[in-house]
Amino acid sequence: MSPRIVEVRQAVLKKNDLLARRLRQQFTDAGVCVVSLVSSPGAGKTALLGETLRRLAPTRRVAALVGDLATDHDAVRLRASGAPVRQITTGTVCHLDAEMVERALDGWDLAALEFLFIENVGNLVCPASYDLGEALRAVLLSVTEGEDKPAKYPTIFATSDLAVITKMDLAEAAGYDDALARRALADARPDLEVLRVSVRSGLGLADWIARLEAARSETRGRIRV
Amino acid sequence: MHELSIALSVVDVATERAREAGGGRVEAVHLRVGALSGVASDALRFAFDAACEGTPLAGARLVIEEVPLAAFCPTCRAERMLRAARLRCPVCGTPTPELVRGTELEVTALEVEEDVPTYR
Repeated sequence: MSPRIVEVRQAVLKKNDLLARRLRQQFTDAGVCVVSLVSSPGAGKTALLGETLRRLAPTRRVAALVGDLATDHDAVRLRASGAPVRQITTGTVCHLDAEMVERALDGWDLAALEFLFIENVGNLVCPASYDLGEALRAVLLSVTEGEDKPAKYPTIFATSDLAVITKMDLAEAAGYDDALARRALADARPDLEVLRVSVRSGLGLADWIARLEAARSETRGRIRV
Repeated sequence: MHELSIALSVVDVATERAREAGGGRVEAVHLRVGALSGVASDALRFAFDAACEGTPLAGARLVIEEVPLAAFCPTCRAERMLRAARLRCPVCGTPTPELVRGTELEVTALEVEEDVPTYR
């Protein structure tokens, strides 16, 4: 007897996508702007997030979730800013998914927040497939890791809203070629916004903060009154 | 290597949909994997066998249809095939953010063998 064919047509990650959509609605309803940071390990996510929390904390109610396979080092580091920070330890899992985010938010009053940052596990491959319900996904690319990263990992760049080139203070020493990086980024996603920052020198941080505030205004604009 | 997580999701989807369709043993799962889906087919095949172990899908085949990336070029007003890391029309060079195909990751069909009664 030949097998019966059952037509399915279902996205493999539908469960994650549905949960992410629900989270996005919750974030919008609560008026909290959720920004996720993705990059390879060592591109400077935690340094940028720490500086961002420090700069926003005096005027905004901010909080962060940070993902790592093991240790709570990043959470401890970030708590120095005074903002509430929770660590998500994924064990062997190389990315965050919407369910981990939902679980980590347990007990937090979202309506009391204006910004929530989600630092993903350092990885340019797997986080690309998982929507976390964020309003803005920023992908970091440091000047020391090669301008062709977008060509090597096109999916994460294609699914991000904003690229942040980090460690600009090291650009000259690293022989960083900005034109090459811009071309690679534009090829990976033609309408990708690009910012350049250095946490150490302060370069570009005002623009980064302004971009975050713009994203927050958009979130608030979507609130139903 | 998130292909194991993806494979576990494939097994979940297939198990659930096979049950909804009246049960039977799943012999094969058909999957469409886009060039820009972020999933490597070889790693997924490898992970799938491991993910099936101890589930009703044990021994099932994974049939992958790889979907190349295609976008609509607003200048040529035509659909063009692209490489994943270069979202530009290969003919005229116009940036092509509007993707038509190549990001999908979906279970398209199952091959189900009806439960055959056994007599002793």
